[in-house]
Amino acid sequence: MEWETVIGLEIHAQLSTKSKIFSSASTQFGQAPNSQACAVDLGLPGVLPVLNVEAVNKAIKFGLAVNAHINQRNIFDRKNYFYPDLPKGYQISQMDLPIVGKGEIEISVGEMTKVVGVTRAHLEEDAGKSVHDMFNEFSAIDLNRAGTPLLEIVSEPDMRSAKEAVAYAKKIHALVQYIDICDGNMQEGSFRCDANVSIRPMGQTELGTRAELKNINSFKFLERAINLEVERQQDILEEGGSVVQETRLYDAVKHETRSMRSKEEANDYRYFPDPDLLPVEISDELLDSIKADLPELPVQKKARFVTDLGLNEYDADVLTSQKSLADYFETMLDGNEKNAKLCANWVMGELSASLNKNQLDIENSPISANDLSQLIARIGDDTISGKIAKDVFKAMWDGEGSADEIIKSKGLKQVTDMGAIEAIIDEIIANNAPQVEQFKSGNEKILGFFVGQAMKASQGKANPKLLNQLLREKLS
Amino acid sequence: MSIHQKTIAELAQGLKDKEYSSVEITQHYLDRIKQSDLNAFITVTDELAMSQAQAADDKIAAGTNNILTGIPYAHKDIFCTQGVKTSAGSKMLDNFISPYDASVSHQLNQADTVMLGKANMDEFAMGSSNENSFYGAVKNPWNTDKIPGGSSGGSAAAVAGGLSCFATGTDTGGSIRQPASLCGITGLKPTYGRVSRYGMIAYASSLDQAGPMTKTAQDAAIVLNAMAGFDEKDSTSAEQDVPDYTAHLNNSIQGLTIGLPKEFFSEGLDDGVATEVMNAVKEFESMGATVKEISLPNSAYAIPTYYIVAPCECSSNLSRLDGVRYGYRCDSPENLEDLYLRSRSEGFGAEVKRRIMIGAYALSAGYYDAYYLKAQKTRHLISDDFKKAFDEVDVIMGPVSPTTAFDLGSVKDPVSMYLADIYTLSANLAGLPGMSIPAGFSNKLPVGLQLIGNYWSESKLLNIAHQFQQQTDWHQQMPQED
Repeated sequence: MEWETVIGLEIHAQLSTKSKIFSSASTQFGQAPNSQACAVDLGLPGVLPVLNVEAVNKAIKFGLAVNAHINQRNIFDRKNYFYPDLPKGYQISQMDLPIVGKGEIEISVGEMTKVVGVTRAHLEEDAGKSVHDMFNEFSAIDLNRAGTPLLEIVSEPDMRSAKEAVAYAKKIHALVQYIDICDGNMQEGSFRCDANVSIRPMGQTELGTRAELKNINSFKFLERAINLEVERQQDILEEGGSVVQETRLYDAVKHETRSMRSKEEANDYRYFPDPDLLPVEISDELLDSIKADLPELPVQKKARFVTDLGLNEYDADVLTSQKSLADYFETMLDGNEKNAKLCANWVMGELSASLNKNQLDIENSPISANDLSQLIARIGDDTISGKIAKDVFKAMWDGEGSADEIIKSKGLKQVTDMGAIEAIIDEIIANNAPQVEQFKSGNEKILGFFVGQAMKASQGKANPKLLNQLLREKLS
Repeated sequence: MSIHQKTIAELAQGLKDKEYSSVEITQHYLDRIKQSDLNAFITVTDELAMSQAQAADDKIAAGTNNILTGIPYAHKDIFCTQGVKTSAGSKMLDNFISPYDASVSHQLNQADTVMLGKANMDEFAMGSSNENSFYGAVKNPWNTDKIPGGSSGGSAAAVAGGLSCFATGTDTGGSIRQPASLCGITGLKPTYGRVSRYGMIAYASSLDQAGPMTKTAQDAAIVLNAMAGFDEKDSTSAEQDVPDYTAHLNNSIQGLTIGLPKEFFSEGLDDGVATEVMNAVKEFESMGATVKEISLPNSAYAIPTYYIVAPCECSSNLSRLDGVRYGYRCDSPENLEDLYLRSRSEGFGAEVKRRIMIGAYALSAGYYDAYYLKAQKTRHLISDDFKKAFDEVDVIMGPVSPTTAFDLGSVKDPVSMYLADIYTLSANLAGLPGMSIPAGFSNKLPVGLQLIGNYWSESKLLNIAHQFQQQTDWHQQMPQED
């Protein structure tokens, strides 16, 4: 039987506020255990939550960026369950009236593009961390993370393959960084994905029973975990069994998923509106001012790159796929706009290849955008050729200095002095009579030979355009 | 007049005139507390009190004092007090030394008051007789076989018994007004949002409100001046200016329209209480007020509504008491579930467990709409009744409690106990301010008159109460001492 995979994602994006969502404790990562948990975070008797407006503003930003309906009156609820890293015995979240309602985002996989629905996005507080392997007899609790603001972004079950799911997750990942609401750091858990996966016979409209996959902390693992789960469900269904609705934990080391809890074991969270917090009222003015301050979104940037800079769709898409990449590219464009296409080629070509080879993020590139921009400018103004530029790039990568410094110290400046080039050409023509004859008898290809000889003689510094022009003149 | 018979206003005058020092009056109260068998205090903070008194005397000497400087009070043990045990009357928090001050505690400290100790109370403010305290029942100073009312029973007994000049209380369903009534003192539950709830251990967050328990309306105004105000740490506190509550005490109440809800004078109201309440109303008439019968048709649903809303909220509010970070933890738990189960089973008393279970049940899947949502709807209807009533009248009056103080141990059935708050619950559900003022005696036990005002009308209520106290001396009566 042919099966169709149906995937919906729940993404938890940690909002990059300075303080927690309901207390003034810092959200900084990696501090000593429990050093960033105040009375409110510890859930002491009598303490009360006070909403951090920054978290609300960031959630609104997200909603506007995915063209969503913003619920201008939204409510915080209590989700009640007991766990040692949940100090109050309930998590403050949003159930019936989330801040962000229905929205959408476009994804592309290869040639295909499609729109994925965003069901909702709501604000909530994170729990603390339980550490089970630190002491023999005890579990340890670190409440530094407790109360960190999260935006839970729930998608429609619109994705039909692991690749689509990854494309969607990456789009959201890029978007939250673009609009500066989340640092996107997956290692530190600032951006986490849970996947709801089910399969159904191709053509069936009714959804199959789903499993929720948790503990996925990279896009690579997201793709693997989904594919693994699809296989597991296929095996079950093809053997005549039925899929159980459950939560499954992905183990990246063993490359397997295992059952965490089934629907029957699921908690009754006894949601009800938190009486300690008033409903959040968002004025038209606030909405308008956030809308006005919204930075250029990836989709807008891409369109601009195509129309204003003349880049092709593919290049524009790649360059806007990550904020850091787009930032780098745009920094290069400063004063170098006429060389936009060249800049794009270098970022996507030489720079990306070198970064990949060294497993570096663009943020950690040894060559800054400004330095690379200078190199491109030197190609653009004919100071050096593209070929020489690759050598300069290598030297820059190795920290030998800026483009101009390297060009100067290594004497790589292109020869544009007509007299000097003419002298070289004259000498080559004089020394290679047979080849001159071949050219004259119509062998155009032999021109390459003369170019090569001239370049060699000029140590690659002859301006190729000038060289070509003069060669043709002299040979004819 | 002995020191413990004096009001705040009188003590402040004496302090100013150097008739006595704060250290002297504080010692006087501490001595009386030591000799008392009312069980009004869970913790007596002698040393702290004496150092606060000394600091107050210094301020008085320097002339930087205010009217509350050096006045000793009893602080309900539901308010967190830094460095002092804060138990909420529960075994669960018997070992809890609060690392921080509640906003009310902080405000009273700022006002240079002297905290004598932490007053006894029903466990987590759940009760109407103060018999639900882990630290034992409090006795009514008027008759030590009787209950003082609850949940602020220790506070009421302390003021009535001359163990403190004033006290703090909290009122979720009547917990200031009912014990004030049964102990013959003045108690004010302000409008919801008037006083910060930060650091006040939550019972039912949407109903809880702190207020003063005093000898007179004037004293209540003085203490409310110190307690009221917006607090950025409490999102439900109102950004509303605090007037000087003493400013309008002497306004005339000529032309005041009093509403008497017929539902407050029906079956179940003790005859003796009814007589005293009606006598008080007549007193107001003689002062120039007019009386109008009104109806609060949905007040019949106040008890069922309250006993859904409050347990739902408390079932969640008390979840943090899990034996993990502070408070009571059972001996050698076998695993996490055992830790939770035994810590909470052993740490909480019967009434608290009952309400947690009612609340958890009412919030659970499949029951939420039928209970919680329905209760929210009736709560709105109850509020609407009051809105209509206040179109016609300035103040609503009636009994606080259907009976005077009953015998310790005499009410064993929880539902009968819940009836003790039948007249007080509505004001909490609507968020309105309410007062209890002494209005007479029935069988030698105090009877309180309840005043319910419109939102933010504390000044008006205090004015009405003060005018009554200018004409009557019920508030000056004190229990006989052996």
